[in-house]
Amino acid sequence: MHYDLLVIGGGPAGYVGGIRAAQLGKKVGCVEMDRAGGTCLNWGCIPTKSLLKNAELYHTMSQRAAEYGLKFDKLTYDWEKIIGRSRTVAGKLAGGVEFLFKKNKIDYLRGEASFKDGRKVIVKAADGSTQEHTGDKILIATGTVSRQLPDFAFDGKTIIGSKAAMTLPKQPESIIILGAGAIGVEFAYFFNAFGTKVTLIEMLPRILPVEDEEVSALLERSYSKSGIKVLTGAKVVEQKLTKKGVQVTLEGKDGKPGESIEGEVLLVAIGVSPVIPPGLKLDLDRGFIKTDAHYQTNVLNVFAAGDIIGPPWLAHVASWEAIQAVEGMFAGHTPKKIEIFPGCTYCQPQVASIGLTERAAKEKGLKYKVGKFPFSASGKALAVGDSEGFVKLIFREPHGEILGAHIIGNEATELIAEMGLAITLEATHEEIEATIHAHPTLSEAIHEANGAAYGLAIHI
Amino acid sequence: MADITMPKLSDTMTEGTLVKWKKKVGDKVESGEVIAEVETDKATMEMESFDEGILTEIYVQEGQKVEIGQRIARIGDASSPAPKTATPAAPSTQSPAAPAATPATPAAPSTQTTPVPASSPAAPAPGPAATKPADGARVKASPLAKKVAASKGIDLSAIVGSGPGGRILEKDVMASTATVSVAKPAAAPVYAAAPMVAPVAAPSRTAAGVAPALADRRVPLTGMRKAIADRLLISKTQIPHFYLHVEVDAGPLMKIRAEINQAAGEGGNKISVNDLILKATIAAIAKNPKTNASFDGDAIAEYERINLAVAVAVDEGLVTPVIRDARLRSLTDISLTVKDLAARARTKKLKPEEYQGGTFTVSNLGSYGIDQFDAIINPPQSVILSVGRVMKQPVVTEAGELAVGERLNLGVSCDHRVVDGAIGAAFLASLKSLIENPVTMLV
Repeated sequence: MHYDLLVIGGGPAGYVGGIRAAQLGKKVGCVEMDRAGGTCLNWGCIPTKSLLKNAELYHTMSQRAAEYGLKFDKLTYDWEKIIGRSRTVAGKLAGGVEFLFKKNKIDYLRGEASFKDGRKVIVKAADGSTQEHTGDKILIATGTVSRQLPDFAFDGKTIIGSKAAMTLPKQPESIIILGAGAIGVEFAYFFNAFGTKVTLIEMLPRILPVEDEEVSALLERSYSKSGIKVLTGAKVVEQKLTKKGVQVTLEGKDGKPGESIEGEVLLVAIGVSPVIPPGLKLDLDRGFIKTDAHYQTNVLNVFAAGDIIGPPWLAHVASWEAIQAVEGMFAGHTPKKIEIFPGCTYCQPQVASIGLTERAAKEKGLKYKVGKFPFSASGKALAVGDSEGFVKLIFREPHGEILGAHIIGNEATELIAEMGLAITLEATHEEIEATIHAHPTLSEAIHEANGAAYGLAIHI
Repeated sequence: MADITMPKLSDTMTEGTLVKWKKKVGDKVESGEVIAEVETDKATMEMESFDEGILTEIYVQEGQKVEIGQRIARIGDASSPAPKTATPAAPSTQSPAAPAATPATPAAPSTQTTPVPASSPAAPAPGPAATKPADGARVKASPLAKKVAASKGIDLSAIVGSGPGGRILEKDVMASTATVSVAKPAAAPVYAAAPMVAPVAAPSRTAAGVAPALADRRVPLTGMRKAIADRLLISKTQIPHFYLHVEVDAGPLMKIRAEINQAAGEGGNKISVNDLILKATIAAIAKNPKTNASFDGDAIAEYERINLAVAVAVDEGLVTPVIRDARLRSLTDISLTVKDLAARARTKKLKPEEYQGGTFTVSNLGSYGIDQFDAIINPPQSVILSVGRVMKQPVVTEAGELAVGERLNLGVSCDHRVVDGAIGAAFLASLKSLIENPVTMLV
């Protein structure tokens, strides 16, 4: 079959890019070897948010019931059903994407893709049969998989990646999580909420290292208080399988082996590895596909977007990139490359941010002003019983545009959108000050943090 | 789909000459790409596109002069049609004496009523949409872009935005200061209000009494000649000039210059007499800050920083590049800066911010063998220093004997509204003392 656009990969980059091309009147085929929706929908964003909701509910019921005046004789949970709900949600959404393919008359080509040349792609189906397809333009959106430790490959039981972590048939008694990025931090919250003994190990000096330092510090305090063992600045020098499960040894002083930690399961959350379809000589940068300003690879008419072209590995960035690339191909639009994007971590308290951290602003030598407001001074936060956290806004001097926004607390991930819009519209502190924020809402904290930077906050 | 109009590339520019098209019809144009070279009154500059798409129409040929804001090209999709002419054609059926556009104006006494044919257009045919919105129309710009533009004195309506729906973003404003559409220097927004820049009624450039018929040829004014003509005519006719001169013993200056250059050795930076005079002038301005000011309608605008403009002769006329924050600079720094600015002025490579925002000017005709002269004030500044040549002449020494000395004539032209005779005299006295005791200017 010949297509105007042949997309390899049906995740947030691939299916969104494919649909946009179809909307532009192009004939599109989309190759997917697992299920439409990609990691995000099947093995990432969506199923984990389902699990985290369960965790949050159970944590509130089990730890804070008395605070809310609730009483249970015997509170229990069904691990299988918790996992099951997550899978059902993912399955439903994957079906939704497959429906969207139909609706947009996109050929959904199940199988594994490899390039014959820069125009021809061979798709090998699960039953071993092959088909050849050609495309005037080809978009590689094959994404990534969890990175493994060298010589300590995933076995699906004791040494696992995030995919296995969200479908463990039995709740482990203890888990060691290597890497305190968003994935490690979210699973730490999830397992800890259900009573698994969690050790979170991060090589860098703080958890969520890309976030603002104050945010990392508060989250670390919160985690330690809730019983998670957090080890930062900790380098693993050895790991081995034991009778009980797995044991990791950290580097001690003077480079000698130090503390050893044993756990039933080791979750490796140290980043992602690219999945490059074979058959083409593609220019790579640290393993990820190099693209030009139009998302074109070194091979003419072969484009790439999403996780496969490198960080940030975020679904919303992937979709945005794919739309940029496709509109560049077919709509005469000059694509833009990612600059400002929100980042969210769905533990409790939630973490959300956009733009520069205070340290980044300082390192860039920018003149800036900081406004902060704690949720402990927010009426809504107190009313719902989640007063941990704060809003921190960084304004550039002298005009007061927003350089960065950092929120930690209940619903932080929903609150960050306002700051994204403000940055896109180049709003300054005056426009935010002049905007009425409904009372009582958590969003008032943004208004107050904005005011705080200019001596106008009312409630602190 | 967007019209490209002639941008305002300098604060005195009223029209520009399209020197060269870098793109032709049908070419793809990226935002930020150079599409043409435009000559202004100051320099030839590259003009960047703020839009992207296909260059669908070119309305102005190379060599043609175009007023600011007039459409010169159009960018769009290859498929979209574009109007063919730059200006709407005048309705040909109308009487030439009665422009169609003035129906509201009471007609001159007329002996008969003129019936207006129903078919005749009562107003000019709808022209092509101008990028610049009509007065009062909303300019789509981000709050930040508005603030930055206000702080730099930039007119947003002259900028084409790159945001969604043509919305002007901060980077568009910044781009306009870096490449095109430069308005006022950020350091001294008061210039915007300086009356000399925009006189209510500029005197005509046509000189009385000259019979153009006798001329053998008519050389069209370049942008630069026009700017010189306009500005200096206004200066000389509207500013109450007065002139002071002083003779200075240049011997010590020549001696210290020889010493500095000898110390610099072969290949080192050679200090010129002018470099030393500039250094002395900066020190003299610092001692007499009232000379570093502008007349501004109902106030005197005084400047803390000294931005020293230096007149440089170029092929077409002259440019006055500016040594910014001159007070902070060493002699070597001044020397190197002037060399660099002058070289680039001659090749028309100066950026607008490099010839704008001067607060005091020095003009030196010594190298042309001129003994002394009176320069015309460079508005909105209030004082210009005229430097003659260093002359060997017989002098009477302190011992009462005749000897061969080195003398230099310095003159100032002052705007009497700002600088009175005593201030001008004090300035010259400071300058004389600095030059005759050059060590004092170097500390």
